[in-house]
Amino acid sequence: MIDLNIKKRNGQFQINTTFAFRQAGVTAIIGESGAGKTSIINMVAGLMRPDDGHIIINGRTLFDSETGCNISPEKRHIGYIFQDGRLFPHLSVRHNLFYGMNLIPGHDRFITVDQVVDLLGIGHLLKRMPSNLSGGEKQRVAIGRALLTSPQFLLMDEPLASLDEARKSDVLPFIGKLTSEFKIPILYVSHSLNEVLNLADTVVILKAGSVIAYGDADEVLSRPDMQQFLGTSNYGAVIPTVVKGQSHNLTTLHFHGGELHVPSLNLEKGAKVVVLIKARNVAISLDRPLNTSFQNILPARIDAIIERDEMMVDIRLDIGCMIIARITCAARESLGLKPGQQVFALIKGVAVSTGNLSIEDE
Amino acid sequence: MAFLSLTPLELEAIRLSLLVSLWAVAGGLPFGIAVAWLLSRHNFPGKPIVDGIIHLPLVLPPVVIGYLLLILLGRRGVIGAWLYEYLGITIAFTWKGAAIAASLMAFPLMVRAIRISIENVDRGLEQAAHTLGAGPIRVFFTITLPLIIPGIITGLILSFARSLGEFGATITFVSNIKGETQTLPLALYTMTQVPGGEIPALRLCIISVIIAMAALMVSEFLTRHFSGRIRG
Repeated sequence: MIDLNIKKRNGQFQINTTFAFRQAGVTAIIGESGAGKTSIINMVAGLMRPDDGHIIINGRTLFDSETGCNISPEKRHIGYIFQDGRLFPHLSVRHNLFYGMNLIPGHDRFITVDQVVDLLGIGHLLKRMPSNLSGGEKQRVAIGRALLTSPQFLLMDEPLASLDEARKSDVLPFIGKLTSEFKIPILYVSHSLNEVLNLADTVVILKAGSVIAYGDADEVLSRPDMQQFLGTSNYGAVIPTVVKGQSHNLTTLHFHGGELHVPSLNLEKGAKVVVLIKARNVAISLDRPLNTSFQNILPARIDAIIERDEMMVDIRLDIGCMIIARITCAARESLGLKPGQQVFALIKGVAVSTGNLSIEDE
Repeated sequence: MAFLSLTPLELEAIRLSLLVSLWAVAGGLPFGIAVAWLLSRHNFPGKPIVDGIIHLPLVLPPVVIGYLLLILLGRRGVIGAWLYEYLGITIAFTWKGAAIAASLMAFPLMVRAIRISIENVDRGLEQAAHTLGAGPIRVFFTITLPLIIPGIITGLILSFARSLGEFGATITFVSNIKGETQTLPLALYTMTQVPGGEIPALRLCIISVIIAMAALMVSEFLTRHFSGRIRG
């Protein structure tokens, strides 16, 4: 599907990236800002020229430094959804949507206007100018505009970054639907693992222009050394789970070592769900608390104690898989926590984000 | 009401002024956009020199430009002789020459206005258009050009006003010929040189003010209209 091997030097910064994936679906490129994510997809789109290497998508060579092949962006048939939308300010929503569609011959169109308008719910916006749209509406129109060119491949550069939380859940479901409805592979750039939990099939972790890990999303995301890429506010542990049952308004998720209860997810039994347990949402108790609002209390063994700074300390807990609790140094002192000790992990919130919903139970 | 009707001299001067200025602006516009584009989007060796040459009319005495034009385009000039011999075209001492002089004098103003607006165009929008399947020429005409229309209008009005007021280069290059090259400023100047010319001069002065004001108002209206459309 995608075979990428690119080198690009820009001053001191060097991108040297190689990865290849066979299956369709969503591939997420994750890295801190400045890791070279946007440069990479700009090179895939043809907006930036690599110094060396090749880019092959769906068997079509778009760039190859050896043969001198470099297809111009307008001939690559790749849809690009930018972080900032980039709707044409002088054209109405309708004309923005039709801009690319009118440039491809009718028999190459496999996505219709009705499909896109229905999927994205933008029918009532057609006559408006982009300046009269909210952030979420703009981004949906931008997605529609790219889809209507019936692209072979979609690039998304942090499409949710400019949106607030409410708007994110406004747009996120549509991205999940794109691959299922139109079977278009997506290369999705994000600075946070959290955003692509359950959205990405495969992930590429990027640091300073180089790939440090790539592969199956659930596998890579739950590796303990990937925690640093969750973003500071999401720092914690990613755990793959399976839906075990549904009762009242709780869903029970089974993971290796135990069960977690989260607000109802409306998912079938057996569905795979990846959850994020943030370090700041985990507390530690020496005894099992009896009367408490915590839904998830799990026996745990202290695996390691990691000093953060003068105030905070991270306790790595083994509950069958590893999770992290971030507590104050003072709390650690008063509880006298030591590696190997048996304690209870009190989990205050489990963040679940699937393709069509994002729930944070806190 | 006799003072409200225009004399043949005045009518002729107004007609010539509008003819010369409109041609000066219309003829200069494609070059203005091209040069503004070149200066704002491309780096090439000698760019500061090209930039300097384009700005010369702004800093040189207009008479110098007029004289240079005479040397180049006069009937015995370097280019003028060739034009006359092979194409039978005479430029010196005709209204066409006046239009060229005015166009040249106004050119830096036009380029500056358009260049600023090209520099303000978000390149990201052009990139987006490319990824949607539009080639460079289509992107220019459907994205860049519509977005710089306010700058183009400003450039047009500035250079139109500059052309209306052109005096030094015009009188040097094409002289002051009634009905051919005698535009409003030249007619006004002539009136100040003859006895009893005070009233005609004052009338020409008022006419100039009215035309300039009208041009400004049209520009204001157009700019509002187009930037309003862009902002929505």
